[in-house]
Amino acid sequence: MKKGNNLIKKFTKEKYKYGFTTDVHTDIIEKGLSEDVIRLISFKKEEPEWLLELRLKAYRHWLTLEMPTWAHLTIPEIDYQAISYYADPRQKKKGPKSIEEVDPELLKTFNKLGIPLEEQLALSGMAVDAVMDSVSVKTTFKETLLDKGIIFCSFSEAVREHPDLVRKYLGTVVGYRDNFFAALNSAVFSDGSFVYIPKGVRCPMELSTYFRINAANTGQFERTLIVADDDSYVSYLEGCTAPMRDENQLHAAIVEIMVHDRAEVKYSTVQNWYPGDAEGKGGVFNFVTKRGNCKGVNSKLSWTQVETGSAITWKYPSCILTGDNSSAEFYSVAVTNNYQQADTGTKMIHLGNNTKSTIISKGISAGHSQNSYRGLVRVAEKTIGARNYSQCDSLLLGDKCGAHTFPYMDVHNETAVVEHEATTSKISEDQLFYCNQRGIKTEDAIGLIVNGYAKEVINKLPMEFAVEAQKLLAVSLEGSVG
Amino acid sequence: MLEIKDLHASINGKEILKGINLVVKPGEVHAIMGPNGSGKSTLSSVLVGNPAFEVTKGSISFYGKDLMQLSPEDRSHEGIFLSFQYPVEIPGVSMVNFMRAAVNEQRKYRNQLSLSASEFLKLMREKRAVVEMDNKLANRSVNEGFSGGEKKRNEIFQMAMLEPRLSILDETDSGLDIDALRIVAQGVNTLKSAETSTIVITHYQRLLDYIKPDIVHVLYNGRIVKTAGPELALQLEERGYDWIKEEVAE
Repeated sequence: MKKGNNLIKKFTKEKYKYGFTTDVHTDIIEKGLSEDVIRLISFKKEEPEWLLELRLKAYRHWLTLEMPTWAHLTIPEIDYQAISYYADPRQKKKGPKSIEEVDPELLKTFNKLGIPLEEQLALSGMAVDAVMDSVSVKTTFKETLLDKGIIFCSFSEAVREHPDLVRKYLGTVVGYRDNFFAALNSAVFSDGSFVYIPKGVRCPMELSTYFRINAANTGQFERTLIVADDDSYVSYLEGCTAPMRDENQLHAAIVEIMVHDRAEVKYSTVQNWYPGDAEGKGGVFNFVTKRGNCKGVNSKLSWTQVETGSAITWKYPSCILTGDNSSAEFYSVAVTNNYQQADTGTKMIHLGNNTKSTIISKGISAGHSQNSYRGLVRVAEKTIGARNYSQCDSLLLGDKCGAHTFPYMDVHNETAVVEHEATTSKISEDQLFYCNQRGIKTEDAIGLIVNGYAKEVINKLPMEFAVEAQKLLAVSLEGSVG
Repeated sequence: MLEIKDLHASINGKEILKGINLVVKPGEVHAIMGPNGSGKSTLSSVLVGNPAFEVTKGSISFYGKDLMQLSPEDRSHEGIFLSFQYPVEIPGVSMVNFMRAAVNEQRKYRNQLSLSASEFLKLMREKRAVVEMDNKLANRSVNEGFSGGEKKRNEIFQMAMLEPRLSILDETDSGLDIDALRIVAQGVNTLKSAETSTIVITHYQRLLDYIKPDIVHVLYNGRIVKTAGPELALQLEERGYDWIKEEVAE
């Protein structure tokens, strides 16, 4: 089928629609990383001494580390001295208190991204923390939530207003010694969101953080900390975009989640950082450490991710199942097109008895991209009755992309039941032609097939996000078959 | 009306069709028969614009439009339907979503409004009855795990949904048991009208017992070498193709 390849070429041409930049006065510190830079960041953020100490410890540890090379990724050398570690797009005034004080340019930016920050315009039932570059621009519905005792604010604000809570939990799930990027983030992290759901409270709306990189040659190092106290529930969403730039941009975040007795946390991500152009130039390097600890008995954590952006993704949202009868889920769709690379998956560490984990991973590769699933299921020696089910499917579009699966199992107790299933399939020219003959255009046919394939994961997303994610899947793959 | 003139087509540089001439008028049923490798399936593929085949010469017009200028999906929108010899499975895509996309794309092309969910489901129910297809099949993924007979029935169901002006049945009888054959043929007959035409591609007389052709053609070595009434099919059933090959050789 000689026309087939043209079809595949055509499908990779869709433009990234969030690629614009915002022209605002931005306070950027000079490029480079040193103890002085870290002190400056901490100073600008008016942090307490203990936090600066933590940053410095992390930095000193980071200096002893090498970048990891075990992932199935080709990462160009990153010059950590060529990056600026702090960019603040706000006007000189400090943290805006009301919408009137937020720079209208910033409001416009978020409006353009479909994230209105005026509460009366906002999506009903969703509170948003909007982060641009290194700072939080605005958090909506903060007061409404506070009535229930729920804390939802930017990380910097949490450090100022709730230092005891932050100090108690920061670094308890992902320590700075965890890995290279975790150490880097712990040293230079800027803003992010902080969530605390008190005992017995069910959060009445979806909480969401929207991350936006704007300034050039900056890294974004956000830090998110979610604590769900006993018998609480929260559903949290994360979205991200960046302008189109020829240079690569570094993004190294940490998300920590602590789930106490009988609490439940759902964490959903739609990651749409700029993926680079069709020739693989530019794009965001997305090196993220996300982990939750199901510390309490009968606690529950669910990760759902739709990964369509970034030039390189290195990300393994994981769960430590500490509490007896706790359970964790990981649902993932990772799409790579053009020259994107993704090495993503999860770790499920079963420590408590009768703990249960489910992993559903769907990889979709097109163009010249490489897409890997990497997962670890570990059952400790003393853990009785652990159960895991993993399913890893790969879908290939075209014949120049790659799909890889690296499942690791490390089971030390014979009462454990661990299952793994994997499939690889391809969208064939015959399937597309069948759709064409029925009057369905190739792009729409791919949309139908890809969304059908990813349905199991998309269905786990909150309604508004699911619709967005479906469109995003189709757009990300547009041009990949043609 | 379909009009094919001196059609030549090849795949991977090998010429398969070597000058086909054929006129199919509204209301007519044409049977195209012929030995294996004579070009029957190529002809149906070329009519619906399968990109694997290259048309090197000749023309195809359909109700005055030059088919060669139309994409496969627009040919479908113009009312050409192919019942595939080997219907492909599309895992994860439900028949409902698939047909809804197909029907609404066709309506868009014809400047009609999309059907609402309830209108669409009503249409599905109605058309399912034509081929006695049960609800369960309609809720499954396109052809996934369908038996050979179910797949063919599903083709005719889709034909009923799209109401084509020209239906091409490519060996729809292959792999069907006698009950499935009867149901499929009944479906086709129900959908036939004075405005629609049908091309039945088959090896055997069997299907033609149910779907009566007006004209029978024999395709051999990329050309139509014989055209006659329905009696030709019976002759072929009795005597095979060798006498035709001999006639052509003379």
